[in-house]
Amino acid sequence: MTSIKDIPLSDLDPSVQTRFQSGEHFEVFDRLRAEAPVYFHETTQYGPFWSISKYKDIIEVEANPKVFSSDAAYGGIWIKEQPKDTIRKSFMTADQPEHDQQRKVVNPIVSPSNLNDMEQKVRDIVTLVLDDLPLNEEIDWVERVSVEVTGRVLCELMDFPVEERMDLTTWSDIVNTDVDAGTEITDEYVKLEKLKPMIIKFKELFAERTGMPPQNDLISMLAHSQETANMEPQQFVGMLVLLMVGGNDTTRNSISGGLDALNKFPEEYKKLRENPELVESMVPEIIRWVTPVAHMRRTALEDIEFHGQQIKKGDKVIMWYCSGNRDPEVIEDPYTFKIDRKNPRQHVSFGFGIHRCLGNRMAELQLRVLWEEILKRGWVIETTGEPERRFSNFVVGIDSLKAIIRKPE
Amino acid sequence: MAKIIFVDHDGTKHEVEASVGSNVMQAAVDNNIEGIDGDCGGMCACATCHVTVDPEWFAKTGARSENEESMLTFLPEIAETARLGCQIEITDELDGLVVHLPIEQF
Ligand code: HEM
Ligand code: FES
Repeated sequence: MTSIKDIPLSDLDPSVQTRFQSGEHFEVFDRLRAEAPVYFHETTQYGPFWSISKYKDIIEVEANPKVFSSDAAYGGIWIKEQPKDTIRKSFMTADQPEHDQQRKVVNPIVSPSNLNDMEQKVRDIVTLVLDDLPLNEEIDWVERVSVEVTGRVLCELMDFPVEERMDLTTWSDIVNTDVDAGTEITDEYVKLEKLKPMIIKFKELFAERTGMPPQNDLISMLAHSQETANMEPQQFVGMLVLLMVGGNDTTRNSISGGLDALNKFPEEYKKLRENPELVESMVPEIIRWVTPVAHMRRTALEDIEFHGQQIKKGDKVIMWYCSGNRDPEVIEDPYTFKIDRKNPRQHVSFGFGIHRCLGNRMAELQLRVLWEEILKRGWVIETTGEPERRFSNFVVGIDSLKAIIRKPE
Repeated sequence: MAKIIFVDHDGTKHEVEASVGSNVMQAAVDNNIEGIDGDCGGMCACATCHVTVDPEWFAKTGARSENEESMLTFLPEIAETARLGCQIEITDELDGLVVHLPIEQF
């Protein structure tokens, strides 16, 4: 096989999913940042698109939503063009002013008082999950911890029946399946078909909440707001999928990826055990390190000169967060996992601008409480193999990570 | 130079000197003022530099842009005189400016 450094840039497709599994994608983006940070790929599996690979350029695109649109009408946030009738619409795939109006509906979920209430609930959930784990025996960390914690927290946020939590994980995984991965989900229509039980369930819950007084969960917020009480079907699916997937797979993979990182950097793990207060700065570092969402797409609504390049109206623009998070111009020693960085929140994992992740504090809260509770128990968690990574260039997924929990005397 | 006074949620005051032409977020970051992160580097794209301007000074800080307006409305709680620090350019007129730091940024 030719190595990445020998491939001409014009033949290099940064979206190749298998490289995201092997880690070779980092080499691709190192080259793009160094040689052509704003680059037009003419031929890729998705047709032509621009790659934005530097930290600061990503923020510049994000800060200009008037030119760089997220609207579903132009292709939304997906690198692959979607059939129009399967597009999931939400405020994530809307521009101003619709975006702002709809985002405000669910904003209270991250109010300081709600985050405060959530902390105890998350701690109870984490305690329940950890209490159930065996010591000195190989377990799958993803299945036993990452999925359990995030699934149960999501049930809290949506007031979804906790016994049915595995459905949330299943649906979230269906949504995030790459249609080119060689699974039975071969296109968006199959996906939508498989999501039918989800739609039925959420319709039921929506109707139930409509008939009840307003409460503090996401479904109730949508049901009781003028903006969202009567959503058309594609928007109904879009909104619920956004709230379900946004908070599920991403946080799950940060939990798994964090354990993997600590095991790959044993000095850091040791430092953490000796200084548990470092959890605070470790959490954002985990989120940088993992970069759970590898990219987002925008579409140019007008011709614009961008760092010397001519982006044309209608062009597809991909912001590679996974690259921004390894940009040495902004992040010192970016390929080292360091739990005590001075400015750990300096990363692009949550995006920026009007679409900046709504759940960033909620995600951090889950990771922080989980690691606080693990450290309190005096556990050392050793991974026993490499994570099994998902075929995807979008959601950086870890499907399995084997580990053994030990408790040194 | 202009003097900027940051008031913590508990009333503690931090006085800093900032150069004209810089902005309130930068002045805070340069002086390690807790509660102002400035994650996006002043691009009006993260809202981690949210401040509440002392009402007496509010008019002098200028008008919010449309993007700033959007970023502010996504914050959980904002006062009428809320601004993003990075969008307040420091001028001679602002010498003595008082801004308050919201509790949720700590
Ligand atoms: C580590 C975990 C997470 C990561 C890495 C992450 C990442 C992201 C990214 C990259 C975006 C798009 C930003 C942009 O286009 O500029 C986003 C948007 C969003 N996220 Fe998250 N997310 C995480 C957790 C969560 C959680 C826990 C929730 C819900 C409680 C959530 C809800 C949302 C929503 C609703 C949006 C759409 C915001 C908008 O378009 O205005 N996310 N997230
Ligand atoms: S520094 Fe990001 S909005 Fe001001």
